[in-house]
Amino acid sequence: MSMPRTTLRDRAVVRQAVVDAWRKLDPRVQVRNPVMFVVEAGSLLTTAVFAVELVSSTGDPAFSGHVAFWLWFTLLFANFAEAMAEGRGKAQADALRRTRTETTANRLAGDGQTACVPASTLRRGDLVVVVAGEWIPADGEVIEGIASVDESAITGESAPVIRESGGDRSAVTGGTRVLSDRIIVRVTSDPGQSFLDRMIALVEGAERQKTPNELALGILLALLTLVFLLVVATIPPLAAYAGAEVPIPVLVALLVCLIPTTIGALVSAIGIAGMNRLVQCNVLAMSGRAVEAAGDVHTLLLDKTGTITLGNRQAAEFIPLPGVSGEELADAAQLASLADETPEGRSIVVLAKARHGLRGRDLTGLAPVFVPFSAHTRMSGVDVAGREIRKGATDAVLAYVISRGGSPPQDLRAVVERVARSGGTPLVVAEGPRALGVIHLKDVIKDGMRSRFESLRAMGIRTVMVTGDNPLTAAAIAREAGVDDFLAEATPEDKMALIRREQAEGKLVAMTGDGTNDAPALAQADVGVAMNSGTTAAKEAGNMVDLDSNPTKLVEVVEIGKQLLMTRGALTTFSIANDVAKYFAIVPAMFLLAFPQLAVLNVMGLATPRSAILSAVIFNALVIVALIPLALKGVAYRPLGAAALLRRNMLVYGLGGTILPFLGIKAVDLLLAAAGLA
Amino acid sequence: MMRAQLRLAVRLALVTMLLFGGAYHLVVWAAAVIIFPRQAEGSLLRRVDGTVIGSRLIGQSFSRQGYFHPRPSAVAFDAASSAGSNYGPSHPDHRRAVEARLAAFVSLEGVDPRDVPSEMLTASGAGLDPHISPAGALVQTARVASARGLPLERVRQLVRIHIEHPLFGVGRPVVNVLELNLALDAADAREP
Amino acid sequence: MSGDYGAVALLIVVAIGLSIPVGRYIALVFMGRPTWFDRVVGPLEGFILRLSGVDATRGQDWRQYATSLLVSNAVMWLAALAIFTAQGHLPFNPDAIAGMEPTLAFNTASSFTTNTNLQHYSGETGLSLLSQMVVVTFLQFMTAATGMAAAMAVMRGLAGDRLTTLGNFHVDLVRAAVRVLLPMSLVIALVLLGQGTPMTFDGAVSASTLEGGEQRIARGVVASMVAIKQLGTNGGGYFGANSAHPFENPTALSNAVESISILLLPMATIWALGHVVRRRRVAVMVFAVMLALYLPLLAVAVTQEAGGHPAMPQLGVDQSAGAMEGKEVRMGSVLTAFWAVSTTATSNGSVNGMLDSLTPLGGLAAMAGLWLNCIFGGVGVGFVNMFVFIVIAVFVAGMMIGRTPEFLGKRVEAKEMKLASLALLWHPLAILVGTAIASWTWSATAQPGDTLAWLRNPGPHGFSEMLYEFSSAAANNGSGFEGLGDNTPFWNITTGVVMVLSRYVPIVAPLALAGSLAAKPTVPDSAGTLQAGSLTFGVMLWAVVVVLGLLMFLPVAVLGPIAEFLALPTGS
Repeated sequence: MSMPRTTLRDRAVVRQAVVDAWRKLDPRVQVRNPVMFVVEAGSLLTTAVFAVELVSSTGDPAFSGHVAFWLWFTLLFANFAEAMAEGRGKAQADALRRTRTETTANRLAGDGQTACVPASTLRRGDLVVVVAGEWIPADGEVIEGIASVDESAITGESAPVIRESGGDRSAVTGGTRVLSDRIIVRVTSDPGQSFLDRMIALVEGAERQKTPNELALGILLALLTLVFLLVVATIPPLAAYAGAEVPIPVLVALLVCLIPTTIGALVSAIGIAGMNRLVQCNVLAMSGRAVEAAGDVHTLLLDKTGTITLGNRQAAEFIPLPGVSGEELADAAQLASLADETPEGRSIVVLAKARHGLRGRDLTGLAPVFVPFSAHTRMSGVDVAGREIRKGATDAVLAYVISRGGSPPQDLRAVVERVARSGGTPLVVAEGPRALGVIHLKDVIKDGMRSRFESLRAMGIRTVMVTGDNPLTAAAIAREAGVDDFLAEATPEDKMALIRREQAEGKLVAMTGDGTNDAPALAQADVGVAMNSGTTAAKEAGNMVDLDSNPTKLVEVVEIGKQLLMTRGALTTFSIANDVAKYFAIVPAMFLLAFPQLAVLNVMGLATPRSAILSAVIFNALVIVALIPLALKGVAYRPLGAAALLRRNMLVYGLGGTILPFLGIKAVDLLLAAAGLA
Repeated sequence: MMRAQLRLAVRLALVTMLLFGGAYHLVVWAAAVIIFPRQAEGSLLRRVDGTVIGSRLIGQSFSRQGYFHPRPSAVAFDAASSAGSNYGPSHPDHRRAVEARLAAFVSLEGVDPRDVPSEMLTASGAGLDPHISPAGALVQTARVASARGLPLERVRQLVRIHIEHPLFGVGRPVVNVLELNLALDAADAREP
Repeated sequence: MSGDYGAVALLIVVAIGLSIPVGRYIALVFMGRPTWFDRVVGPLEGFILRLSGVDATRGQDWRQYATSLLVSNAVMWLAALAIFTAQGHLPFNPDAIAGMEPTLAFNTASSFTTNTNLQHYSGETGLSLLSQMVVVTFLQFMTAATGMAAAMAVMRGLAGDRLTTLGNFHVDLVRAAVRVLLPMSLVIALVLLGQGTPMTFDGAVSASTLEGGEQRIARGVVASMVAIKQLGTNGGGYFGANSAHPFENPTALSNAVESISILLLPMATIWALGHVVRRRRVAVMVFAVMLALYLPLLAVAVTQEAGGHPAMPQLGVDQSAGAMEGKEVRMGSVLTAFWAVSTTATSNGSVNGMLDSLTPLGGLAAMAGLWLNCIFGGVGVGFVNMFVFIVIAVFVAGMMIGRTPEFLGKRVEAKEMKLASLALLWHPLAILVGTAIASWTWSATAQPGDTLAWLRNPGPHGFSEMLYEFSSAAANNGSGFEGLGDNTPFWNITTGVVMVLSRYVPIVAPLALAGSLAAKPTVPDSAGTLQAGSLTFGVMLWAVVVVLGLLMFLPVAVLGPIAEFLALPTGS
């Protein structure tokens, strides 16, 4: 993990937030949030009433002053919450920014000459030369050469990685350092447009665009504010019938208590904090919209290799054909694999040693001729000491056996199918015209995948494993890993078609990818997480980049998306539920003069009408402070079904939100009475 | 577009107005005249000479000692302008009116306030309630019997046979005051 | 009294039982499926459509649908206005009733065009036979049909997947009137006739009473009108006293039939929803939530009214029949309370007893029905109003489970919230601002203690009278605390405007909402989807309705009925 974590206790952030809280009192800032703008207008009005009463010695300046004081505090607490979230975002942005030290670049001109220019002037399409020891000046793609690159600044991974032209390892990130060799990089982003730049802007919250859900929530909050404005504004003419006069500070107090200040104060903090959480798990998102979409995902496409299974298959068993001894098969298999540096090849050598005590032999003196694997022959092997040993795909090896004058053995088909059905990959070994047997290569499923898929299923997310394997093998692995479905023998076109089909049914699809041929599917998917190790094309097509290049990270992204919405929903419910108690505190107090019989509605037994109103206002302000940690941390997410989750949150935030303020307001009232302020 | 909409709306309104404002009423009316002719004209009760006494469904005012009295009416049983008192429960005038009615009722019938059913002190919804409760009728029997010189039990018997019970118990048992009083008159005629 | 409670339970059970097949029938009608009734009403429907020149094959998007609805209603409104004003010079006027004064005509035309049926006139003396027939009865059919059409269009929108049209308004209108309202009205009219409701084109009859007095008895085309008045959640009675009048509601049986008629179509609309959107569980949930809102109000009203008049225990009279001021003996206090809550919950507005004389909390229960305005509701529009609450509840609930909110597979986003907010905001706006203006005007013009001006009752109850009037107008209900002297230009104009806006804002906004939802693809369900038919969501929806209702209307409730209740001897 490379991202710095900040905590609520981070003193620098808190200090800055306190300052910012005051700065944000500027009405031009407040007007962006209708709920808090109403609070500010009310605070100003109450302060004005207080001033007039103080000067003219009319009314109840002590009361108006108290109310005004607490209203300003409400506003400051709200600002503080937002400033805290922003402060934490800024700290992260700064950390990100530090990774992007201002460097110079050797721009390659058309005539082959290089010119030294500041990195910030590089445009998309420029070519730069980077040699060992230099920083890569911008995001780009290697078009010539190969180099080892230190990407620890971005990924936190200290081991250098290889970047080379062509293929899936061509993308380089600005701010990383070339350790060896020389590469030519084509710049793929304009200044300020790189992934990092966009992410910095997002976590800082500076140009945070409201997400669709935030917009809709904003409308709901505006509606509630309007409704309560209406309720409170009509009270004076309505009460006029009964001859009751309600002082302005009381009306403002009621209004501020009723409008959803809790969620209104915390809504932007929740959004910023959600993005921060994403950064903390080393995922960069292009937009908040993508994060929200992650919470809605129906279908998750996961590549088998590297995501569900360990990247490479391992030899698990030698299955000799009748008339062949196990040792003979193992020996031939080991010989054929000695030059095979792939993990599979190495696992064959290791297995032969483990099962049959065969050590890797030094064949140098025997002048072996190694036959490398090619997509055309689909075999590899060795010609040594007159022996011709081959291993490879069943069809290819059989064709080889026949070409050498042999005949396909009877039992081979059955063995091959048994291996395939169990989810393994059969590798046939032959020596000249004689087929010896089958090596069972097995996919190894990563630890903990099954339980992950189970929790995804509980969230209502269907997982689909995508693999190039044949359907038999795919089905077996799918069963073992516990995914819901699989796409076998998948080509990039098949993957694309699957995404389109799911989307046509109205589902949201998430996938991870790294290769250039994943790019169209990444672009088509609703949530496309590109691996940081992947190609630029993949990164540009997706809407998130995982710096750890960990494909199972999608699960965490989904959880963060859900948590973001849940926190908003929970605090909205809490905010509205709170109103019931506040009504019971303020309404009887407000009309008590006109209707003394309303005293029975004072169910909390609050000391005086004054203290009842003050207690509600104070409780309202304090609850914002109390909920700042929750807003920043997000409500706890549990992978439960929708109904269970709703029931739980309704009980906690709905019912709890109804009951808690009765206790809270009573407690504040007792304190006020004790302090002689009642 | 708008003109076409408008033309369509006017035509549709005319056609439906003829159907639902005209034909529908004619159909119901025709059925009424054929199946329920007496109810259709308002359940009128006529004397032998054909003059209308009233409707068996519409209460009328009675104040003579020899008749059962109906409930108070806010419109004095004006069957051309039905209405209730619209007194809310907290209206002081309402309370005064009830107190005055109670005093009058108690002194007229010579009964204890406990035996006065509340409907005899309150104005009905339409001001035309043709009914009183069986208790409301029974509490008046002594006065009626003595005014008419009829045996008390005879009058009580008359009341009892005039109690109408609602179907399936959905509603309250009632006594139709006009019919009861007509029956009283008829009983008088038979027993001079 | 316990027999009366049983009677109420029986009536509710019968109403629910009947509403299920009727709802299925309505759904079949609007989905264009064959029904056993086609041979009878099919030709009539075709005849009307042909005669009016409706192209039944043309689908309309929500804008066209709403435009047709508004234009068609505007034409009816103008016709009503013209006939009310000119009725003195028109035929079918046996009682020589004069034309309406302009503000009263405006109010009355608006009232009947909006399915409100608020009556600032008295039926016996305010309307000619012609007006009762071709305006009032006609509009009672067409406005109920309009509401049903709007509800069906909204439901089609919910059921649709990338749908651009919501149906054809003119076809829906005629279908609702001809296939649903007409046959049912004929049945009810026949039952009422049998019970004694008059049906005559003659005017009032003069009687010389047993004691020799003169009694003029108003009559008219009562049976035909009362039937559709009850069925179509209209509520505008033939006579001033509405169904408290013995001609409109002669017997306990007629009362039972009319009580059920109030609830029948509003309840059936919800079952129809289940068929149209092909999710029976959702219909069950909506129905259960409505019932769970309705029953507590009913319990309050029934126990309060049965408990007797609060001021009478001191007099020591027999209150076993409950509070009887403004009530009829044949119904009694419990069945009147049942009717009062049903009529306000469903936006019907007919009464079988005077609401102004209800006990304070009984009156509050009735008003609460108007305030929530989504319990079964007016024909069609009850569901439409509940739909707005559903959108809000779905939005909050969706967030709480961490998903973009969706209802029936349709994603609820900013646009939907805007439309729902508009529809939701209008209702308290109309009630609170209207009552505030009235209350302020009264305080500024009347001399308290000296004159009650347009109020019949002093104190908090007078406030309730004004509050009720605007609540009723805004809920398109039409019932009233009739003590209010409401036939004045002030009340005629203000409530007229409120009725019109309160009818069409909450119809057009949900139509737009449905149009927007219809165009969206339907998201398939998964384990993570909030099931709109689940008990959990039902509880959530119920809580949203109750809490929002409480927060909006608690201050006025305190100033009116609650203050009155607490001031009465039994209250404190």
